[in-house]
Amino acid sequence: MKQSFEDHVATIAATQETPAGPAAPRRMTLNMGPQHPSTHGVLRIVIELEGETIKKAEPDIGFLHTGIEKQCEAINWAQVVTLTDRVDYLSNLANNLVYALTVEKLLQLEIPPKAQWLRVMLVELDRLNSHLVWLGTHALDIGAMSMFFYCFREREDVLRLKEMFSGQRMMTSYIRPGGVALEPPRGWEKAMGKFIRQFPSKVDEYENLLDSNPIWKIRTQGVGFISIEDMLDLGVTGPMLRAAGIPLDVRKTEPYSSYEKFDFQVATRTENDVYARYRVRMEEMRQSARIIVQAMEGMPEGRFQADAPHVVLPDREKMKTQMEALIYHFKIVTEGFRVPAGEAYQAVESPRGEIAYYIVSDGTAKPYRVHMRTPSFANLMALPALLEGTLIADSIASLGSMDFVLGDTDR
Amino acid sequence: MSDFQHPAILETKLALGETTLLADPSQIVDLCRHLKENEKFLRLTSITAVDWHPAEPRFEVVYHLHSIEPIRRVRVKCRVSGANPEIDSIYSVWRSADWYEREVFDLFGIGFRNHPNLVRILMPLDWEGHPLRKDYPVHGYKYGYAKE
Repeated sequence: MKQSFEDHVATIAATQETPAGPAAPRRMTLNMGPQHPSTHGVLRIVIELEGETIKKAEPDIGFLHTGIEKQCEAINWAQVVTLTDRVDYLSNLANNLVYALTVEKLLQLEIPPKAQWLRVMLVELDRLNSHLVWLGTHALDIGAMSMFFYCFREREDVLRLKEMFSGQRMMTSYIRPGGVALEPPRGWEKAMGKFIRQFPSKVDEYENLLDSNPIWKIRTQGVGFISIEDMLDLGVTGPMLRAAGIPLDVRKTEPYSSYEKFDFQVATRTENDVYARYRVRMEEMRQSARIIVQAMEGMPEGRFQADAPHVVLPDREKMKTQMEALIYHFKIVTEGFRVPAGEAYQAVESPRGEIAYYIVSDGTAKPYRVHMRTPSFANLMALPALLEGTLIADSIASLGSMDFVLGDTDR
Repeated sequence: MSDFQHPAILETKLALGETTLLADPSQIVDLCRHLKENEKFLRLTSITAVDWHPAEPRFEVVYHLHSIEPIRRVRVKCRVSGANPEIDSIYSVWRSADWYEREVFDLFGIGFRNHPNLVRILMPLDWEGHPLRKDYPVHGYKYGYAKE
């Protein structure tokens, strides 16, 4: 139906806001995301503004929900490893590790030292990978574009090393219940040593680039404060908590996978702002490099998988010559291994904070329930407390300093 | 380590080095407040549920608590019936219960009384059904995959 001109004017008039008096507060609702370059994933935040001050921020998640926990219940114990890779796509090995540790707890498996050392080494390598991506993109958000290229230069080396070990750059599935997937490749010491010995100087280089930049300091210092009480109450973990002075690190407090045999410090700061979180992560990269060097130099001899034929696939050679190995191979491949009924909870320090799996088994070849307590989910809960009352211009710096991964949040 | 005393605790179990308390769902808020204030469990690390369909009581709501000083963890479990799955919200004790309870509500359909904003969090708001229930097919109902 065609509208007359008068109708048209009346419609426009009806949709216009009545002008408020100069003293009346005017709020604006701003929708950020779900497709926003600086949210690093599909996160939507509905922000209510008064002038330039954020009065209310409400995160809206679930855009990347893929039902991983449901899928875990439909496949067997060994297949779940490939799904855990995809939960947090920047620290796949930490997810592999926490799953493997929980299943091994249920199976009560003893893991040989070589596998434990390999796990520690690669998980720390993954921490470097995750922190490098974080630093590059966080600096990019704030405007330091060149950092991105420097960080991704080193990240490429990390990915090459991961590929060398597992054949995959990102979704490695290298850590599995019972040990690791493969024997370390020939020449890994040389490649790893070459990378890790020059890496601390690269961290110095990043720090030089950023700390001598006054804009970086102004944008990050004194920005993004959140009280310690709020953080503990809201379940925040990881570098955010450590930047407020609480040295909570599962690697130290509840050591797993022989972390108690490695010498490293938990990085903490007390400023509790975006800058402190950056310094904590930089120190963590140095400490990770230290751990990797220790793991390399002290790599024990022996098997890389546990002596548990009912869980671990037999060697190719044995499978072709020994009847028993062939039977086990057939059983594991066709049916999957069985896990005794029970429940287990295991926490691991991922680059983002405490990641914990709660697994319930009913004694069959498939998990009955896999719950993933992911750090990004809990950290994002603190977003309103972090943003409310601050300026909108600082929101991007605050968001970046949380270092969340939306795949990890939504699962 | 595992001598927690509270009238709401029905059973204490120690398995694989982990302490599990089976609690009375009607007193869960009391118990949680007791654990936070007297046993120093400052952190609630997660809330989840397990569906034991078709057994009854059908659901187990599982709380994981963490104390920083001294370092220890405890698991609290409450059995909730399948006919009318409801339990009190512990949002008043730990604010981190907010999203976890919403997630359990979303994926299991367990209601939390006195929760400030109990709406779906991961699934779309107009979604029908609760995907993590055992009688919900893995492929869902939408495209007819469930029909064999």
